[in-house]
Amino acid sequence: MMALSLVPTASWYLVLSAVLFGIGTLGVLVRRNPLVMFMCIELMLNAVNLSFVALARELGDINGQTIVFFVMVVAAAEVVVGLGIIVSIMRNRSTLTADDLAGLKG
Amino acid sequence: MLNLLWLIPLLPLAGALLNIAAGRKLGDPRSGWLATSATLISFLTTVLAYFELLGRQAEKRSHVETLFSWLPVGSLQVDFALLADPLSITMSLFVTGVSTLIHLYAIGYMHGDAKFSKFFIYLNLFVFSMLMLVLGENLLVTFLGWEGVGACSYLLISFWHTRNSAAVAGKKAFVTNRIGDFGVMIAMFLAFSHVGSLSYGAINEAAHAGELAAVSATAIALLLFVGACGKSAQLPLYFWLPDAMEGPTPVSALIHAATMVTSGVFLLTRINPVLHVSYAWVSTTVAVVGAATALFAATIAVSQNDIKRVLAYSTVSQLGLMFLAIGSGAYVAAIFHMVTHAFFKALLFLGSGSVIHGMHHEQDMRKMGALRKVMPITGFTFIIGWLAIAGVPPFAGFWSKDEILLYVFAKSPVLYVVGIVTALLTAYYMTRQVIMVFYGKARWRDHGDEHGAHGDFTPHESPRVMLMPLVVLSVLSVVGGAMQLPFSKDLHFLEHWLAPVVEESEAHIGKTWAYQNKYLLLLLAVAVATAGIVLALAVYAKAKLKVVEPKVLEQAWHYDGAVARVVAGPGAATFNLIAWFDANIVDGIVNGVGQVVRSVAGSLRKTQSGFVRVYALLISIGAVAILGWLLLRGVVL
Repeated sequence: MMALSLVPTASWYLVLSAVLFGIGTLGVLVRRNPLVMFMCIELMLNAVNLSFVALARELGDINGQTIVFFVMVVAAAEVVVGLGIIVSIMRNRSTLTADDLAGLKG
Repeated sequence: MLNLLWLIPLLPLAGALLNIAAGRKLGDPRSGWLATSATLISFLTTVLAYFELLGRQAEKRSHVETLFSWLPVGSLQVDFALLADPLSITMSLFVTGVSTLIHLYAIGYMHGDAKFSKFFIYLNLFVFSMLMLVLGENLLVTFLGWEGVGACSYLLISFWHTRNSAAVAGKKAFVTNRIGDFGVMIAMFLAFSHVGSLSYGAINEAAHAGELAAVSATAIALLLFVGACGKSAQLPLYFWLPDAMEGPTPVSALIHAATMVTSGVFLLTRINPVLHVSYAWVSTTVAVVGAATALFAATIAVSQNDIKRVLAYSTVSQLGLMFLAIGSGAYVAAIFHMVTHAFFKALLFLGSGSVIHGMHHEQDMRKMGALRKVMPITGFTFIIGWLAIAGVPPFAGFWSKDEILLYVFAKSPVLYVVGIVTALLTAYYMTRQVIMVFYGKARWRDHGDEHGAHGDFTPHESPRVMLMPLVVLSVLSVVGGAMQLPFSKDLHFLEHWLAPVVEESEAHIGKTWAYQNKYLLLLLAVAVATAGIVLALAVYAKAKLKVVEPKVLEQAWHYDGAVARVVAGPGAATFNLIAWFDANIVDGIVNGVGQVVRSVAGSLRKTQSGFVRVYALLISIGAVAILGWLLLRGVVL
């Protein structure tokens, strides 16, 4: 019988990352509140970050960690812009769901 | 001093800019004085440059002033550079000198015109362009000036654009010039592909060193000659020049007699080494076209009744003589005649302008006569111009024309005969003009009622500001020949001065029969001039012979009409066909592409629901699909 090792390996992190990414995707698809959708996107981003870090450690390649910094910076900038848009839409409408914002319909 | 060469063209440009900014405020006549002083200072600068060059040894009389790198594109390196050498300085001297006098004259002539300051803007811009043309160190700078003078010419011919004929004449001049400009452009491309440079120094050096094949030299020389034909009004592109007389008379004098039309002669002289290494028939072509034009235009001038049109055809004819000289390898003689012609033709045009001014804008010589009594100074100076162009010694035109004919004889006696017949006709039609305008009966008395309700109409002498240039130019027309006297090598001042530029290509006629009998030819030229004058006197003053003025000559051999018919008939049909092709086929393709994109996009845009979550779903499905595909292909894992 194989001894169950409790020392986390890279696969653990990758599985966690995949689960987080799936939760995030599902959240974006099913929720209608833009703020929650936004948080789900952040979750997806950080899931990817997690897999980057895990693989960087596993492969001994610093590039993976470097990319994570870029992702975080870009995500921060994206949050600023996205929240700005949401706030300004909120000012004009009382209630808000993502489905109300279909003004760009072709 | 020569590093201030850029001042020469800059000054007229500055004058034009100042007049654009403040011309209306300065008004009549101060904006004119501003323009005149700009040109005058430019002239004085040129004189300084001349003495600077003169102080150097002959072989060092060349200075290139590079202002900036204009087109640094790969192997095409074109500098904005000016060249001071004997040829360009000679040209600049008479361009700025004659321009100054004509500016001065125009102050009087254009007095009271509603667009007074605008006229001087154009004049100054013209002088600027002309100076760029002659001072340019490469074909492109020259081409800048070349197009500039074309544009200014258009603006000035149609200066009184409310008159339909003036507007049409301006367009005609511009379009005809464009035909020649194509030649220059293609010549530039060829020069670049075969020499790798547009600089005159490099092109002429390559021709000297034998690096330029005879075939390419021939192509370049011929194409530049096409351009020269357009600008200098040679057959078959001459017909815009007589119509250009619609412009104000100072313009006719400046652009269409003294300066712009000589740029073709200048250009061919500038590239004389290329002409020299091209096939021999190129020079012969130039000579034959020149001779044909000279004779053709001279015959037409015999039957014209408009005082300015006579002079216009005479200009075409004299330019033909210059091309005849170039084709005969007589570059010095061509430049010599160009300079003397600038003096006496400017004088004649300004004189005719003075007559038109005094006659209250009447140009028909049949309504003039006996004007020397009411316009003594104009009459006197005009007579000097007449003697100069008719080839009476010792006036300037005699020496330069004789020099050309000497070289022409050495090249071909047939062309010489054409030249001498042209000289005969020149003396004839100019005498006819002088008699019709200044002698005989005062026919204007019968037409007094046509000039407004003055009742008692008397022509008047022009103001002093107009007479002054006439006097200066008449002095130059008398003494201009001293530049190059045939008697002794020591008296060939112009030849020694121009030697560094044209020495290698100049025809050597020292051992020919013509040269050894040059005094005989001189006498023959005098005899021919006298014969022409006597003939005209017999016909027009004494009425001993019948007046011969065939309709076909008055209509310019129907050449103009034929061109008009061809252009309006088959020409217009072709253009319409091309326009149809453009509107339907070319535009059709472009519009068709647009139509297809529109309709495809129209059906595709239905997928844009506007719901963010739908987009997100589609992205997810797409991502999963790509991932699945990669997994199946075994690319990942």
